[in-house]
Amino acid sequence: MSEQAVVSLRNVTKSFGAGGVTALQSIDLDVRPGEFVSLIGPSGCGKSTLLRVVGDLVEPSSGEVIVNGKSARQARRDRDYGIVFQDAVLYDWRTVEKNIALPLELLGWDKGRQTERVRELLELVELQGFGSHRPWQLSGGMQQRVSIARALSFAPALLLMDEPFGALDEMTRERLNSELLRIWQASGSTVIFVTHSISEAVFLSTRTVVMSRRPGRIAAIVDVDLAQPRNADTREEPRFFELVTEVRDRLREGGLDEESTAPGEGELVVSEETP
Amino acid sequence: MRSRLRRAAREWLPAALVFVAGIAIWEGAVRGFGIENFLLPAPWDIIGTLVDDWGELSSAAFFTFREALAGFVIGCSAGFLVAAAIARFRLLRTAIMPYAIAAGAIPIIAFAPITNNWFGVTGMSSKIAIAAILCFFPMLVNTMKGLTSVPASSIELMRSYAASELTIFRRVRVPTSLPYVFAGLKVGTVLAMIGAIVGDYFGGSPGALGVEIRRWVGIFAFDQAWAGIVLASALGIVFYGSVAVAERLAMGWHPSVRGARPE
Amino acid sequence: MAYAASATARPPLLDRERTRNAAASVGLFLAVLIALWALWEGFKAFGESTGLRLGQFEANDRTMPHIHDIVSTLFEPSRRNGPLLIDVLWDAALFTAKEAAVGFTLGALIGFVLGALLAHFVLLQRGFLPYIVASQTIPILAVAPMVVVWVNPRLPPGLKDWGAVAVISAYLTFFPVAINTLRGLTSVDPRALELMRSYAAGSWKVLWKLRVPAALPFIFAALKIAAPASVVGAIIGELPASIQNGLGGAILNFNQYYVTAPTRLWATNLIAALLGISFFLVVLLAERLAVRRAPEHVA
Repeated sequence: MSEQAVVSLRNVTKSFGAGGVTALQSIDLDVRPGEFVSLIGPSGCGKSTLLRVVGDLVEPSSGEVIVNGKSARQARRDRDYGIVFQDAVLYDWRTVEKNIALPLELLGWDKGRQTERVRELLELVELQGFGSHRPWQLSGGMQQRVSIARALSFAPALLLMDEPFGALDEMTRERLNSELLRIWQASGSTVIFVTHSISEAVFLSTRTVVMSRRPGRIAAIVDVDLAQPRNADTREEPRFFELVTEVRDRLREGGLDEESTAPGEGELVVSEETP
Repeated sequence: MRSRLRRAAREWLPAALVFVAGIAIWEGAVRGFGIENFLLPAPWDIIGTLVDDWGELSSAAFFTFREALAGFVIGCSAGFLVAAAIARFRLLRTAIMPYAIAAGAIPIIAFAPITNNWFGVTGMSSKIAIAAILCFFPMLVNTMKGLTSVPASSIELMRSYAASELTIFRRVRVPTSLPYVFAGLKVGTVLAMIGAIVGDYFGGSPGALGVEIRRWVGIFAFDQAWAGIVLASALGIVFYGSVAVAERLAMGWHPSVRGARPE
Repeated sequence: MAYAASATARPPLLDRERTRNAAASVGLFLAVLIALWALWEGFKAFGESTGLRLGQFEANDRTMPHIHDIVSTLFEPSRRNGPLLIDVLWDAALFTAKEAAVGFTLGALIGFVLGALLAHFVLLQRGFLPYIVASQTIPILAVAPMVVVWVNPRLPPGLKDWGAVAVISAYLTFFPVAINTLRGLTSVDPRALELMRSYAAGSWKVLWKLRVPAALPFIFAALKIAAPASVVGAIIGELPASIQNGLGGAILNFNQYYVTAPTRLWATNLIAALLGISFFLVVLLAERLAVRRAPEHVA
């Protein structure tokens, strides 16, 4: 199976600092082409770190990371993935079009091809007519759509998303969830999606990876067998609720009940925890 | 169109009124209370002197302005380049920054007699040198702050594209640093003028504004002295204003320029 | 998120680590001092041996005295049978410090009141702000003699001369304070304002309980610029006022003997530099005590 996997993690461990926290411990995970995999877990479980390990933005302390059949570093150099952060990370000094075209410029596409591609993408994320606006003229939801368009611009096989809708209101989030599914199906890419919303994880993904914290490890993997394509009605299905309940139970087993007594993020570094 | 005019009027009318009122009070006070003319000549007399002695005054002012401009260009470019060179190296940065900040607290202007001794009292180069040194440190500190205040996620995005350090520098660090760089440049315009004039004070070539003002005061030609001061201020305002205009042109995208004014 | 936490939150330091960090900064400080010294002496030696000329500049004992000569000249008599130079400069520094401190206090107060007024009355802001900015382009050195002549007769005998210099020093001080007070007072989070409104707080209460505390970081940023500027103002002010007792007077005096005794002017500038830095450090200390805010996150 790991032969054809888009992402393959073997025994990945990450600790920060000299004798600091263990953010990830012995992570094994395969993501198959076309899958939509959510990483869910309490704050501090290392799900964002795991995403960054896949993107070679954080180097694992040990273990093996294979992306598209090569090392994570080589995959990053080959621009094999697009990434979307919690903040849109748009550059104020560029128009919406220019922000979307940023990776294309770096890839050396010629101007005509860039313009053509940006037009397609604006259509895909339904922002026609906003191309020459500045990022700060758009709402938070629109900015995040620009950021998604930018990640998709060079049609990467893999899309990494780090709580992209975390800062948005519930209604915008649900609408963007549906849009994301439409885009995912249209583009046929593989998605790894970090979230702390159970319903979002269940609604979007084909598989939900439940993580526990201290140290961060995979507590359970829940297969989400809801029918495709999904829409607003999906959220009303009994199976949807069953799966939400299951993920919630797995989170609890994984130590979510620690939440009430657990110290805040700022105090994460505790020397007693050093292995 | 009309509302835009009205808005502009509301914006600028108070300043214009203050200007007119200020001049009127000044003129009235000088004439009414008989303030000694060497302390403060009436505006009308200063204007008259500006017109009568325009040749002498303007050549002195432009001489000093050229010193300030050359010092500004040299000092600011050096500050930017040094900041750009060391911003990448954390250790170098942490080692140098406290000294750059401390240098900002040093009365550098007191070194004007020394640059006069270094590069010759009468030449332009000693004034250019002190103006350049004055501009250098604020520019260094500001640029460094700007180049290193980039949000971590911006850098991560560029790294996800496997962008080189040079690309990150050009496309992210430099645009992010622009507000800081322009703040440094604006401070530089004022410092460069001060440097050139104070440099003149410790001895400069005849024909430099600082030297001339001293001479005029010495021979009780206060109208000329004040006309020189007004001219120097006007050049300073134009200098500052051109940098402000350049700022608007270079970063029309920035919140401070796009009219997010605090109310 | 573990990643975010590790990137922003600092772990509590152990005593051992703290000592090590302190030792490292002291080491770095010494290393930079030695590097600066080596740069100076190295450049001088290089210039002397190669006969390097930059315009009229030429490296020799006159243009670039040895650092140890500059320091040792402090402990030699300032003139034949006179007091040690360091004693002379110490008195001069105290005199200039007095001018600067009074000027700084005066300028900071005026700057704060001005900033508060401009922040409160938008019309005043539109009318006067452009001229406050423009005021800084007036070459104060050229105006200083007039200021001295105008201010001196109005001063009580105890303040004569140095009081006028303090006024010039205040002129260089008020500007950054006024501008940053205005910025600070008007940069209050609108939600915090709404909260105060919900308590039906009057505008005076809002000023002292919300706006001023919120403006403090801005005001201290300005004071850190203003404190060394007040020293510059005092030194510059002494020059045309022909006041002999301060550092400005010492600079004028030793400048005349530069060709024969360059180290004295350098030593005077060294003391002036230390005075400027001490003013800065005092404000820095006051800020540490007065402002408790989240550490800045910088990438």
